[in-house]
Amino acid sequence: MEASGATTGVTRRDAPSLLLSHRARRRQRIAETLGRGLLLAVTSFSTLAVLFIFVYIARDAIPYFRQEGFREFFTSTRWYPSAKQPEFGALAMFVGSGLVTLGAILVAVPLGVSAAICLSDVLPFSVRQVVKPVIEILAAIPSVAYGFFALVVFAPLLQERGGPILAVAAGAVGVPVAGLAVIVAADLLTDRLPDRARRRARALALAVLGTGACVVLVLAVRSLYGLVIPSGTNALNVSIILGIMALPTVVSVSEDALQAVGRDLREGSYALGATRAETLVRTVLPAASSGILAAVILGVMRAVGETMVVWMASGNASQIPRPWYNILQPVRTLTATIAGDMGEADQVTGSARFHVLFAMALALLLFSFLCNTSSEWIIRRARKKVGG
Amino acid sequence: MRIISKMGAGLAAVTMTAGIALAGNANQIVVDGSTTVGPVAKAFAEYYMGKHPGVNITVSESGSGNGAKSLINAACDVATMSRAMKNSEVKAAQDAGVLPIEKVVAMDGLSVIVHPSNPVANLTLAQIRDIYTGKIANWKDLGGPDQAIVIISRDTNSGTYESFQTLVMNQAKLTGKAEYVGSNGAVRQRVMSTPAAIGYVGLAFTEGVKALQVNGVEATPETVTAKTYPISRALYMYTNGRPKEGTPLFDFVNFCDTPEGMKIIQDTGFVVKK
Repeated sequence: MEASGATTGVTRRDAPSLLLSHRARRRQRIAETLGRGLLLAVTSFSTLAVLFIFVYIARDAIPYFRQEGFREFFTSTRWYPSAKQPEFGALAMFVGSGLVTLGAILVAVPLGVSAAICLSDVLPFSVRQVVKPVIEILAAIPSVAYGFFALVVFAPLLQERGGPILAVAAGAVGVPVAGLAVIVAADLLTDRLPDRARRRARALALAVLGTGACVVLVLAVRSLYGLVIPSGTNALNVSIILGIMALPTVVSVSEDALQAVGRDLREGSYALGATRAETLVRTVLPAASSGILAAVILGVMRAVGETMVVWMASGNASQIPRPWYNILQPVRTLTATIAGDMGEADQVTGSARFHVLFAMALALLLFSFLCNTSSEWIIRRARKKVGG
Repeated sequence: MRIISKMGAGLAAVTMTAGIALAGNANQIVVDGSTTVGPVAKAFAEYYMGKHPGVNITVSESGSGNGAKSLINAACDVATMSRAMKNSEVKAAQDAGVLPIEKVVAMDGLSVIVHPSNPVANLTLAQIRDIYTGKIANWKDLGGPDQAIVIISRDTNSGTYESFQTLVMNQAKLTGKAEYVGSNGAVRQRVMSTPAAIGYVGLAFTEGVKALQVNGVEATPETVTAKTYPISRALYMYTNGRPKEGTPLFDFVNFCDTPEGMKIIQDTGFVVKK
């Protein structure tokens, strides 16, 4: 009824019209400016927050280097921040952080990428709709719950049955991998031979390589079986738990990358007569490789930054394992050191002890920044490549 | 008079940090500090609040160092500590206009604990020191099985660590192999589940593990009070200035001298001071 007012010739102030009154237009312009300003403020707030974090951490880190220099921090493993003659060697922490991150990646990447491939190219759509959210639940579990599990359940388990567990794990991973490797190797070796000789040569190669692989596997499993792990809170424990924590990130991002490859590439490959396996290995994976790399980098960041789990379950021993790859020894990470030493290290009672933690935080921040930037760059490059 | 006005200012700051508008609310006591003294303070608080429903006492456990820091920053009324305040902390407090007053609440012995299956029953103070500096690395050197010793220590942020450094280590530095954990309960948990482990905890945390004799003396309430047990120490509560008699703060800090308080101290596994 209101709307018809304009057509009757009677002018009403609230009649809808395409032309706005002067006041309404001004009101609209003010609202627009306000809205834009608000959004700008919100956006710049988060950007500025990053900048301020950088500035403030650097501001508190620099006094440490000015007081104590760079040498001890980067070259010594002796960490005695509360002693009368304090020592601030952080080398063991750098190695520890690196070691558990490497371990976590060794767990998360093969598992995560194969899960992603399975989700995107193997499982039917309906199953994927169920499985993917379930994997993503892993990301919702609080890290202190992982830490508690690692300390109370996993560490004693490693101490009591560490050898058998490792042996079974090595078997479970080793048998299919070795089987595949033997078959592929035998095929490659005999590929060029004429038809009749090939069949026999192939059988022979399979037998020889298979026996070799079996012997190696059995020896490895047997030596692992006899292994005694004196302390269950060690780099291995944390690596496995961190690997599981990084899984959802790796799975999600690589699955997105695999999805982004698109139907046309896959169907093109099928049209050329490729099998599903060939399509996956030769077409889909190379096309998605940069996305998968980005997933790995995000997984690395997840593992490097994790604090609670490593503080609870890595043992926090300030040492470089001997030999360095011995992940059955306790290690100490940068994050756990910052968390564990923050309480007593205040500005009043010991300033070097306070600033050294910021020096560690700065190192972590720089590393994260580097990772983030490179993954950003890789993802952008991948998008360009797939897009055109 | 000066002390009282100072205390009033301290309380006002506390209530402000606690987000309460009433300045100088004497019925609100904030306790922060040692994880060792925490259980005692909590039991005190529970008992006291049951008797005086108008009083609200909150007890946090963030470590002795954090307790001192809170008191200096006027973020708590009572700092519970498992070591005496350091000179540097007292000085920082005075610079901030806070006058820390010490009160010994109870005695505590540090028990040296091993896995129940470990045959070793007695170590000397020197042997314990050698284990923690890494000089003795295998239980067979101490009459035990041929197993590498897993050394568990409290984190450098705890009063228990500092007491151990003072009472046992003579400030010698721990070996790099030592593992650090964040609480008395975590030390107990690690030692309980690790056959080759050794650790040190407050007297109240020895359930499920084996407490060793030190220099031939068992860690019991009697030996700790008598100080015949070599690793014993006092537990403290610090306030900003001497609390005014009749206030809840005064009652709380001096609760350890009442029969109910002594019973609570014994029930929590500590030792009533003489």
